[in-house]
Amino acid sequence: MRLVSHVTTDPTSSPSSRKSGPSTGPLISARGLTKRFGDFTAVDGIDFDVAPGEAFGFLGPNGAGKTSTMRMIGCVSPRTEGTLEVLGLDPKTDGPAIRGRLGVIPQQDTLDTELTVQENLWIYARYFDLSYKVAKERTTELLEFVQLQDRAKAEVEPLSGGMKRRLTIARGLINEPDLLLLDEPTTGLDPQARHLLWDRLYRLKQRGVTLVLTTHYMDEAEQLCDRLVVMDKAKIVAEGSPRQLIDQHATKEVLELRFPVGVQETLDGQLDGLADRVEQLPDRMLLYTPDGDATAVAVHERGLKPESVLVRRSTLEDVFLRLTGRTLIE
Amino acid sequence: MTSTTARSRVTRWPALRVYEHHLLVYRRTYRGSLFISFLSPVLFLFAMGLGLGTLVDANNPQGVQGISYLVFLAPGLLAATAMQTAAFESTYPIMAGMVWMKTFDAMVTTPIEPRSVVFGQLAWAATRLTLVCSVFLLVIFLFGAATFPSALLALPFAVLTGLAFAAPIQAFAATQKNDTVFNAIFRFGITPLFIFSGTFFPIERLPIFLQPIAWVTPLFHGVALTRGAALGTLEVTSTLIHLGVLLAFVAVGVIASFVTFRRRLVR
Repeated sequence: MRLVSHVTTDPTSSPSSRKSGPSTGPLISARGLTKRFGDFTAVDGIDFDVAPGEAFGFLGPNGAGKTSTMRMIGCVSPRTEGTLEVLGLDPKTDGPAIRGRLGVIPQQDTLDTELTVQENLWIYARYFDLSYKVAKERTTELLEFVQLQDRAKAEVEPLSGGMKRRLTIARGLINEPDLLLLDEPTTGLDPQARHLLWDRLYRLKQRGVTLVLTTHYMDEAEQLCDRLVVMDKAKIVAEGSPRQLIDQHATKEVLELRFPVGVQETLDGQLDGLADRVEQLPDRMLLYTPDGDATAVAVHERGLKPESVLVRRSTLEDVFLRLTGRTLIE
Repeated sequence: MTSTTARSRVTRWPALRVYEHHLLVYRRTYRGSLFISFLSPVLFLFAMGLGLGTLVDANNPQGVQGISYLVFLAPGLLAATAMQTAAFESTYPIMAGMVWMKTFDAMVTTPIEPRSVVFGQLAWAATRLTLVCSVFLLVIFLFGAATFPSALLALPFAVLTGLAFAAPIQAFAATQKNDTVFNAIFRFGITPLFIFSGTFFPIERLPIFLQPIAWVTPLFHGVALTRGAALGTLEVTSTLIHLGVLLAFVAVGVIASFVTFRRRLVR
């Protein structure tokens, strides 16, 4: 499949080679970071650090405070309380200097539909004070990197959602940023477009670009993030690598049982003792257990007759369910 | 590769970069835009100045304030056109930048600050005004409705008149979530001003209680300046007052824009 083929050329002129000197502490450091809009607290005193070269994720449902956090990091939203350092500078006083070294992929495309694909990149380069010569060189390289080279002179509006996202990513890379902020990079895209995007982001990560992303897709977080924090209701509820979080907050396997309509409500404790933990979802029961097959056998031995039985590995979704009592996408 | 210091450099002249964005867009549309700028005064001066003017002049052997209606009307229309151009440039493009395309949001994720967006927008409005008013003035000269080159002084006055509208209107436009209220601005603000600010007839012809309203609107002062420049009848004191009022509108509009643009883009 073309999506996972590996191109050997390095069209983005290897940002890893540009990483500034010896790494002197975290690229982002937040302590007690808080954002309030009137009475509403969007971010409630969170602490986190992002190291150079790391792919760091904020995982959480809509409204958890991820976008507000990203906007504070991106210096387009002043914090209400706490401290925040980005690239060793304070967004409060050094916004333009910090933004000059960031690449931002906002949740909603902010492309200029009155301009062509390449003009969108040229003018964005100019916002960073790059010369037209450099702007045009990088535009050519980046359009190749996001596989839009044959659309350079095309209008933006008719592009598919996936192409627009790729163009937005190319735009975010035009200033060769030290830090790439991606707010829900693949929300609303079809699976093929998502995989293509993940592949590009993975390459950037391999070149040493520090990625900070938000997502409410656990598969996206597992694919891309070295380390992540789980956010819920404006707070961080857990932190670690995807593997650590799963080991800490879930069992190795999950047994999913679906019962005929109406039966699940009558189970009333009949599954007790079969697993470390039992979660009830509207449409199925989740049994957290080290050995899914053995538990399935035990279920049948109790005379229960589920309509379907599925054994799978635990995921971040299970971690989230454990930590918050809710599913990520409701 | 670029050094660390070069990369962390803050964009010089950020407002100029915002302006450049408009140039890039205008590059695609300038032909049609300039053609309309030419056609509009030709039609207006022909219909109102010559057509209607014949009737007016026939009934006023002394002319309007001692001159033919066409000569009276032309500089007033110039200022009024500046107002209309400014009103358009500071409503829909602001909505596009804030809501429809969010191009302003894209700008402020770069080293560009909201206040530079404000200045870039106004600089572009000034450019559009200069283009539109230059073409208009050219048409006025072609109609023989003003004397070349002394009437050229009307051009900066017309541009300033436009900016006196553009700055406050863009400040207001930045507070809006959609464009529904813009129609009301044009219908109940711009059009009445167009008609009643001394463009088509001296405001002394208005009922006495309406005259003070004309004095506080920028267009009245703009018309006074462009007409004075075209006819060579400017006096120092009144000119300074008219200029002062227009500049005050610009200043208040710019400060208000700083507030509303920031509130919208950085929150």
